Amino acid sequence: MAKRGDVVIDIEKCKGCEVCISACPQNVLAVASEVNNKGYHYAVKVNEGCTGCANCAIVCPDAVITVYREK
Amino acid sequence: MSENLIKPENLVYKKTDVMTDRILHYCPGCAHGTAHRLLAEVIDEMGIQNETIGVAPVGCSVLAYYYFNVDMQEAAHGRAPAVATGIKRVFPEKFVFTYQGDGDLAAIGTAETIHAINRGENILVVFINNGIYGMTGGQMAPTTLQGMKSSTSPFGRDVKTMGSPLKITELIAQLPGAYFVTRQAVHKPANVRKAKKAIKKAMEYQKLNKGTCFVEIVANCPSNWKMTPVQSNQWMEENMFPFYPLGDIKVPEEN
Amino acid sequence: MKELRLMKGNEALAEAAIRAGADAYFGYPITPQSEVIEYLMANKPEERTGMVVLQAESEVAAINMVYGAAGCGKKALTSSSSPGMSLKQEGISYIAGAELPCVLVNVVRGGPGLGTIQPSQSDYFQSVKGGGHGDYKLIVLAPSSVQESVDYVKLAFELAFKYRTPVMIQSDGIIGQMMEKVELFEQMPRVEPDYEWATIGRKEGKPSTFVTSLQLQAEEQEKVNLRLQAKYREIEKNEVLFESHYCEDADYLLTAFGSCARITRKAMEMARAKGIKVGLLRPQTLYPFPTEEFNRLAGQVKGILCVEMNAGQMVEDVRLSVNGKTKVEHFGRFGGMIPNPDEILNALEQKIIGG
Repeated sequence: MAKRGDVVIDIEKCKGCEVCISACPQNVLAVASEVNNKGYHYAVKVNEGCTGCANCAIVCPDAVITVYREK
Repeated sequence: MSENLIKPENLVYKKTDVMTDRILHYCPGCAHGTAHRLLAEVIDEMGIQNETIGVAPVGCSVLAYYYFNVDMQEAAHGRAPAVATGIKRVFPEKFVFTYQGDGDLAAIGTAETIHAINRGENILVVFINNGIYGMTGGQMAPTTLQGMKSSTSPFGRDVKTMGSPLKITELIAQLPGAYFVTRQAVHKPANVRKAKKAIKKAMEYQKLNKGTCFVEIVANCPSNWKMTPVQSNQWMEENMFPFYPLGDIKVPEEN
Repeated sequence: MKELRLMKGNEALAEAAIRAGADAYFGYPITPQSEVIEYLMANKPEERTGMVVLQAESEVAAINMVYGAAGCGKKALTSSSSPGMSLKQEGISYIAGAELPCVLVNVVRGGPGLGTIQPSQSDYFQSVKGGGHGDYKLIVLAPSSVQESVDYVKLAFELAFKYRTPVMIQSDGIIGQMMEKVELFEQMPRVEPDYEWATIGRKEGKPSTFVTSLQLQAEEQEKVNLRLQAKYREIEKNEVLFESHYCEDADYLLTAFGSCARITRKAMEMARAKGIKVGLLRPQTLYPFPTEEFNRLAGQVKGILCVEMNAGQMVEDVRLSVNGKTKVEHFGRFGGMIPNPDEILNALEQKIIGG
């Protein structure tokens, strides 16, 4: 069974480019309906199933995603 | 359930401290941020933050020195390889890199690029090729594809009057001073991993004093291509990659 | 013990660069200054002091190599002649804007365009009034002998680091090519840089350093300019150099710089022999300009003749300095032609004494 993971997104630095969303193999991420202070619809985790693979974080041009994974 | 995973011992990925905390000025989805981060991660992993001196170009990445937590110099347009030569010659023990776009490296700075590499300066050149001038608002670059529209080729690049897109990386690979030449991308996780490996290899080769290492990153420019970031990455795969195929172009003869 | 040698101006200057403890020279050949890089290559400073010498692919590349080395806090220099100096102007502007110290040598030849390889002083405006874009100044030293070509290299590096500014040694084809007896100063050590403004590698626990001439915010760019202007006022206050000959009882004043001052001095002696009380004021720094001394003498003399190997460039600064107090005229030969003392004396008599 895949390990469980989680992500923390720095929503104020997120520019809502959505590159992370298409990079996530578990379809965990989506854009928020809300906007941040810059007016961007930031990325949020909408589903369970994150495995902590960090694909989202390594394609993020703004380095806003921190990834955790159970040991 | 998920909160209990967020603890220091479970951390698998966070932004490297070799990047500052400033918000990048790049447009949403721009590959510059990813390329910066990979270079910063390599510097971090090699433990050479205090021995690295970078050179920023003119173009979108003119302010790169705001984002790298290493000593840097800002060069005149196209002159980064000459500036890097000056640095490396007086500090041969330091790790020196330039970070340049296609206009900077392959148009106005062609002479500096070719001659620095022909001398085999022991530097790393990171070349971001998105086929357009980003900073000035989407004008035609030396690497703009045939038929590709830009603000100075509004009906598409006509190679009869505007010249053909320049495969400068293949040109550079011919030079004896070039030690390692590769073309990568950073739009998908697998590409990111490969590109980082290439940058790391290039930085490690610098210790050998064998010549210039050159890493091209084929990149998107969503704003000036007038696409969403995800569409631009798709367009890049379909249009840029056939003309600028990814992979190593010149690899050292390993012993 | 004094070390005396008979040396060509360009070669003596190159030797002085090694002895001044320079870390790096980057250059590109051009007549009449190629002896500088030739001498450096032949004398292996890399073995003598560890100094780097590199022939660049162009003047543009050479000046940007200087930028890179100077940004590391190293003592770097380049040399060229007029057309090459025009190419370097972009880099010089960036160096001035980034406030980096370096030494530039211009062995001036006649222009405009490809011009001639013969000596000239027609780059006065380019050196003194700017050359590249933006509000900046170079300290400009004008040697009139091989000895000064040597001594000014040392002085130029001192001033460059004192003010963090590019310093130009404006020589010409006569000074560069002629041979004279010269006393060489002793070898100075090269110094490992440790300046907070230089990119020498980030220090642990400190923010990284960057060298740039870019400030996108107008408010910040104005501050940079104000800082530069304050620096230039300091330079104007402290660093003016000139040489006076027979000025104290002079009724008329001749002025000239560099090689031309030597010829003009002969004309002065000829005038004195005829009983005309003539003095000579030779600016050694073209910027900062000896404005006060000209203004002081303007109250005493009946006229000033400015002799230059150009169509009239320094004469504008002389006029500004005297501010209408006395008549100022120009006499020049140009395009590579050198004036002789007879024609200078004749010009003095026609334009100043009889005019």
